Amino acid sequence: MSLGVATVSREPQPALAGRAADLQRSARRLAGRNRLAVAALVVLVAAVVAAVLAPHLPLQDPDAVETTNRLKPPLSPGHLLGTDEFGRDLLARLVWGSRVSLLAGAASAAAAMVAGVVLGLLSGFYTGWAETLIMRATDILMAFPYILLAIAIVAGLGPGLRNAMIAIAIVGLPLYIRLVRSVVLSLREREFVEAARALGATDTLILGRHVLPHLVSPVIVAFSLDVGTKILATAGLSFLGLGTQPPTADWGSMLATGRQFVVFRPHVVLLPGLAIFVIVLALNLVGDALRDLLDPRTRAQA
Amino acid sequence: MKTYLVRRLLLVGPVLLGVSVVVFMVLHLSPGDPAEIMLGPQATKEDLERLRTELGLTEPLPVQYARWLGHVVQGDLGRSLWMKRPVLGEVLGRFQATLILTGTALLLSTVGGIALGVASATRPNSLLDRLSAVASLFGVSMPVFWLGIVLMVIFALWLGWLPASGMYSPYGGGDLRDLLAHLALPAVTLAAASVTIVARLTRSTMLETLGQDYIRTARAKGVVERLVVLRHGLRNALIPIVTVVGVQAGYLLGGAVLTETVFAWPGVGTLMVQGILARDFPLVQGCVLVVALCFVLVNLAVDALYAWLDPRIRLE
Repeated sequence: MSLGVATVSREPQPALAGRAADLQRSARRLAGRNRLAVAALVVLVAAVVAAVLAPHLPLQDPDAVETTNRLKPPLSPGHLLGTDEFGRDLLARLVWGSRVSLLAGAASAAAAMVAGVVLGLLSGFYTGWAETLIMRATDILMAFPYILLAIAIVAGLGPGLRNAMIAIAIVGLPLYIRLVRSVVLSLREREFVEAARALGATDTLILGRHVLPHLVSPVIVAFSLDVGTKILATAGLSFLGLGTQPPTADWGSMLATGRQFVVFRPHVVLLPGLAIFVIVLALNLVGDALRDLLDPRTRAQA
Repeated sequence: MKTYLVRRLLLVGPVLLGVSVVVFMVLHLSPGDPAEIMLGPQATKEDLERLRTELGLTEPLPVQYARWLGHVVQGDLGRSLWMKRPVLGEVLGRFQATLILTGTALLLSTVGGIALGVASATRPNSLLDRLSAVASLFGVSMPVFWLGIVLMVIFALWLGWLPASGMYSPYGGGDLRDLLAHLALPAVTLAAASVTIVARLTRSTMLETLGQDYIRTARAKGVVERLVVLRHGLRNALIPIVTVVGVQAGYLLGGAVLTETVFAWPGVGTLMVQGILARDFPLVQGCVLVVALCFVLVNLAVDALYAWLDPRIRLE
C-alpha cells in the first residue's frame, strides 16, 4: 500500500490539523479587517436564537386579536413595535414570522444544495446519457426567468408554504449543478483521481473520498449567499399570496397585508421589509467574508 | 457570422420544446381538475365525465401534450376559464405593458450601470466608488416589492410628485408624458438591483482591462484619456458586461411580476397572479409560455451580440 500513501500525499491538501490552525489564523486576521462581517454574524446568530427560542421568550401571543388596539404605532404602551390591523403585537409576529422565513429560506436552499451536488457530481463524472439528460434539463430550467418558473410551479402545485419551498428549491438547482460540475470536470482529469482509479478504487470511493472534499468550500460559499436569495424568493411568493396562507404569517405575507394601511401606518410595512433586508444583508456580508476566508487566492492577499 | 447565428438558432428549437414540456407538465401536476373548476361544485358526475371527455382529459398524457402543442404552434393557447376569452389575445394585450416596463428598466440598468461602473473604475476608492459598493450590497439584499412600496409612499403618497399606480391616468391622460410619469416609479424599482450589479461587474472588468499593456501603449502614444477609457478599455470589457445584462433581462422579466403587483401595472405579471388565484390554468400557461419565449429570444440576442463584439467567437 505504499503507492496509496504516495497518492494521498500528491493530493494538494495539508494535514487536517494544520489546515484548521491555518483557517483559524486567517479567520482572526479577516475578523480584524472586517468588523462588518462579524457584526453581521452576530445579527444572524441573534435572529436564529430568537427564532428557535420564540415559544420561551416573554412575547405576547402573535395571534391574539385586540380590536381596541388596532394599528398602534411603535413604542405604544405594551406594544414595543406597535400592532397590526387586528391589534396583534408586531414584535411577536415578527419573531414568529422569522421562524417561517428563516426556515423556508434555509430549507429550500439546503434541498437545492443536496440535490444539486448529487446531480452535479453525476453529470461531471460520467459522460453519457446521464450527463446529457441532466445538462439538458438544466438548460431548460435556465430558459425560464428565475421567479417566473417558481411562480409557475406553485401555480401547478397550488399555493402554500410547502409548495413554494419546493418550487424555489427546484428553481435553485442549476446554480449548484453547474458549480459542482465545473469543479468535477477539472478534477476528473487530475493525477490523483487517475492514481486512485489505477489502485482499483470504486467510483463511489473516488467521488466521496477524493472529489467531494474539494467541493466543500465553493459549495459552502454558494450556499451562504443562496439562503438570502431563497429568503427573498419565499417572501416574494408570500407577498403575491402564493406562499404562507393565513393565519400563519411570514415576513412576506405580513408586508402584503400591511400594504393597505401603509399611508397612515407605514410601520406595518416598513418593519417586516426591514427584517428581510437586515437578515439578507447579514447573510450576504457573512457569505462574502466566507468566500474571502475559504478562497485561497484572496487569502494569500490578506 | 451567418453560420454562427444559424447554428445558434437551431439550438433554440430543442430549448423551446423543453420549455413547452415544462409548461404543459405544470398544468397537469395540479391537483385541481379543470372540469370541476369550470362546472363548479354543483356539477353532477355525468356532467363532469362528459366535459372531461370533451376536453380530452381522459386520454394519455403524451397524446394530450401532442394535441396541445399542435394548437400552440398555430397560436391557439386555449380559452381562459375565468374570462371565457382566447388566452393569446389576453396575454398579448398585456404583454406590451410588461415589455415597456422591463425594457425601460433594462435600459436604465444597462446605461446607468455601465456609466457608474466606468466612473468607479477610473477612480477606484473614491467616494462614488464606495457608495456604489454599498448600494450594490443593499440592492441585492432588498426585497424588490418592499422598495416599490417605500418609493410609492414617499414619492406618490407623501410628496405627490408621481402617480401611485396604473399605466395611464383614468381621465385626460393617455399621452407619452402621462405614461412616463406612471412608468417612473415601477421602472426605477425594478432596475434598482440590476443597476448596482451591472455597475460592480463593469467596474471589476474595467479595472482588469485598464491594467493591460495595450492601455499603457495607448496612453504612451498620447491618446486622449477619454478615448483610452471608452474605445480601448470599455470596448474590450463589454463581453462579460453583455453576459450579465442578459442575465439581468431574465431577472427583470421575473421581477416584473412583483413590481407590477405593487404598482397595479397592467402587465402579464398581474394577469398571471390573478390567473393563479382564480385557478385559471390555460391563462397561467399562456403567460408563462409567452414570457419564457421572450427570455429565450433575449438570450439569442445576447449570443448574437457576442459574435458581433468578438470576432473570435463567430469564427469558431
